[in-house]
Amino acid sequence: MKEFAALFTAIDQTTKTSLKTRALAHYFTHAPDSDKLWTIALFSGRRPKRAVTTTQLREWAAESARVPLWLLEESYPVVGDLAETIALVLPEPETTTDLPLSYWISMLRDLSKVTPEGRKQRILDAWGQLDSTERFLFNKLITGGFRIGVSQKLMTRALALATGQDEANLAHRLMGGWTPDSTTYHALIEAEDKAADLSRPYPFQLAYQLEDAPEKLGSSEYWQAEWKWDGIRGQLILREGEHHVWSRGEELITDRFPELARARDFLPDGTVIDGEIVTWDGTAPMSFNTLQKRIGRKTVPKTLLKDAPVVLLAYDLLELNGADLRDTPLRDRRARLETVLSALPPEAPVRASGVIAFDTWQALAKIRATARDARAEGLMLKRLDSPYLAGRRKGDWWKWKLDPLTIDAVMIYAQAGHGRRANLFTDFTFAVWQGNELVPFTKAYSGLTDAEFTKITAWVRKNTLQRFGPVRQVRPEHVFEIAFEGIHESPRHKSGVALRFPRMSRWRHDKPLAEANSLDDLRAILDAFG
Amino acid sequence: MRAPVLTFTERGIFCPAGGFYIDPWRPVDRALITHGHADHARPGHGRYLSTRQAAPVIRHRLGDITLETVCYGETLWIGDAEVSFHPAGHIPGSAQIRVAVKGEVWVVSGDYKIVPDGLSESFEPVPCHSFISECTFGLPVFKWADQSEVAAELNGWWSANAANGVTTILGAYALGKAQRLMTLLDPGTGPILTHGAVEATNEILRAQGYTLPDTIRVTPDIHIRDHPGALVIAPPSALGSPWSRRFGVSSSGFASGWMRLRGVRRRRAADRGFVMSDHADWDGLLTAIRATGAENIYVTHGYTDIFARALTEMGWAAKVVPTEFGGDEDDGTTEDAA
Repeated sequence: MKEFAALFTAIDQTTKTSLKTRALAHYFTHAPDSDKLWTIALFSGRRPKRAVTTTQLREWAAESARVPLWLLEESYPVVGDLAETIALVLPEPETTTDLPLSYWISMLRDLSKVTPEGRKQRILDAWGQLDSTERFLFNKLITGGFRIGVSQKLMTRALALATGQDEANLAHRLMGGWTPDSTTYHALIEAEDKAADLSRPYPFQLAYQLEDAPEKLGSSEYWQAEWKWDGIRGQLILREGEHHVWSRGEELITDRFPELARARDFLPDGTVIDGEIVTWDGTAPMSFNTLQKRIGRKTVPKTLLKDAPVVLLAYDLLELNGADLRDTPLRDRRARLETVLSALPPEAPVRASGVIAFDTWQALAKIRATARDARAEGLMLKRLDSPYLAGRRKGDWWKWKLDPLTIDAVMIYAQAGHGRRANLFTDFTFAVWQGNELVPFTKAYSGLTDAEFTKITAWVRKNTLQRFGPVRQVRPEHVFEIAFEGIHESPRHKSGVALRFPRMSRWRHDKPLAEANSLDDLRAILDAFG
Repeated sequence: MRAPVLTFTERGIFCPAGGFYIDPWRPVDRALITHGHADHARPGHGRYLSTRQAAPVIRHRLGDITLETVCYGETLWIGDAEVSFHPAGHIPGSAQIRVAVKGEVWVVSGDYKIVPDGLSESFEPVPCHSFISECTFGLPVFKWADQSEVAAELNGWWSANAANGVTTILGAYALGKAQRLMTLLDPGTGPILTHGAVEATNEILRAQGYTLPDTIRVTPDIHIRDHPGALVIAPPSALGSPWSRRFGVSSSGFASGWMRLRGVRRRRAADRGFVMSDHADWDGLLTAIRATGAENIYVTHGYTDIFARALTEMGWAAKVVPTEFGGDEDDGTTEDAA
């Protein structure tokens, strides 16, 4: 664990990507294979199965630190991270140990075979021999969410540096459903890649938001425009008679969307399609709200399949007849995609996401303005001669979204954030007027600068009316412009509406409290755009 | 029922028997000042009283004021109140103020830490019936390592930077923290350069007889290439400012109790955070409170309601007192959090 803790400390002590990469590469050259494998797993979002509940952890930590449980709970929002809170509150360890990361992970895995009392004893023993940083990491292994400023991309680059392998090739190897229990470091990274997992997806290409006018992209003739759908990005893989569906978050979601199984009836083996999964009413996508009902379900009831059927709107072809097409220009990939899809009958669960014809950027801007009528969020712009690259790269793909909807609302509750926003009030609840009453309708966490969060935090401390655990009711005074991408009816909310992607777009210092919008205004937006 | 020895007013902590305030935040006729930090020593009062050691800095900061001084432990009478100042260990010259009226003793802690730092006069427990205690770091997650450990980390960082030809810039509050850090630095590593605000305090403290290492004031004609391996001490606000750019390739650090929290450390965007505070940690607060023998504890500044509840469960009569203190090491969200 010491080696892993030293890696963490080195990464944590710098904001410079080059230093982080170097520290990781050093680790990948020196650590034992089993530790390397787990480190790769952790930094690509995989984690050991949760062995004990966080409730148990809190109780054991409080007992061990001899503080009442409520005091540990009160400390948590100040620290902003449960694993860290526990690491800080525990007494100094009595001994130290040099057991490796993989030992502690095995120990956690084996906890499921131990009695509840035995589990507690093993956790306490671990705390008793790990120092503060090691403990924090150990706790993180249990609580999950291993975000410590290392993206998968950065980790892959470091691995490329350490192994001398090609970065894109490594990125592809790391995709898919492997776990440290199902593979070894050698098989995953070093071995000949012949027996590649048939379900393995390609790394998704991602787009940046277009901030400038599209004219800056040069002549419009080099660009392809498509609608930007509000669904789930998905990769459909057809290989050796099987089909697999992956989400952008590298989650295998095949079983959640059984409709897509029929793609096997229509498309040839050795095909990989990139597209958007949307709910489909026969002619157009339905609202994201409908899709939301499908997202969490691992098994889908019949009525839901009928009420919220999905299709894949295909916009890219990554593999055809088993050949990787990613180096082919988009223009050619698109042509082949259309050929593949042209033979499909209307009942096929895969449809082409149409290319939008346009002459000038100006004409395209007019089309973009009608995106809501097309049930889209805006446009995607893709360079016609570009290959399909892994990850978010500036230059070839841009999202050109519609301006969001906005409403002016009053802040009424505040809660402290997590991680680097610990001890700052960053999570707020907003309300609109209904007569003389303020009706809460949304929460929002983002959109303000650090300086603004600092300012509002000082204000919240002085203007708390009441506390409900970590939540503070504050004096209604500040008006914020809330921007959002969509709105729909929701009986679960007091206001009767739910927003999509709400965030604070502006602190309306100029707006008196009384001039914030009303519930009627909000319902008018619902009628117009819901 | 007798009038309490100290009361809590909107101007500050007031002693009816003596007609004076302690660290008031609005202008009053007579103010007793625990130490020179801006949130405790404010301008605009008629008369001031502080320790002899705290006075020069207070004069420097507040200008032409009427300021009387008293020695640590010396007793004086103000009206019907018996008053004395006792070391608080927070910064050089800082004091707790003891007020006794008809045998009932109250102590105002000001800001304090109980572990000696080698520079400030060491904290002295003062027995009392009621203790008004700060609790900036009144949560059990706040625990400080020995000063020697932090010094080793600090010096290790500095010498690594010096070896790599990188200038070290350390952000620290100009009064107290800056000087404490200086005394921990290994003079063999390189020269110590100081921002004008820090050096102004250095000069005052040196003139008083406090021992500080040699420093070089950064002026427009100072060039960093003439001072290889230098460590620069500046107020936190100077970190990342145009002023700091003259030092070329640099590594920045920041020392504060808040650096114990990873979230705050990352938000600070300094390269390194060192956990070192001039306030008591959780155990320090409890030790200090226990040592007073007081039954009534009034807590100010920090996680007051949580700390008061914890004290109540431990058997004290604890109450929260609203004050307007908070500056040198506030809630970790202000710019000057040191």
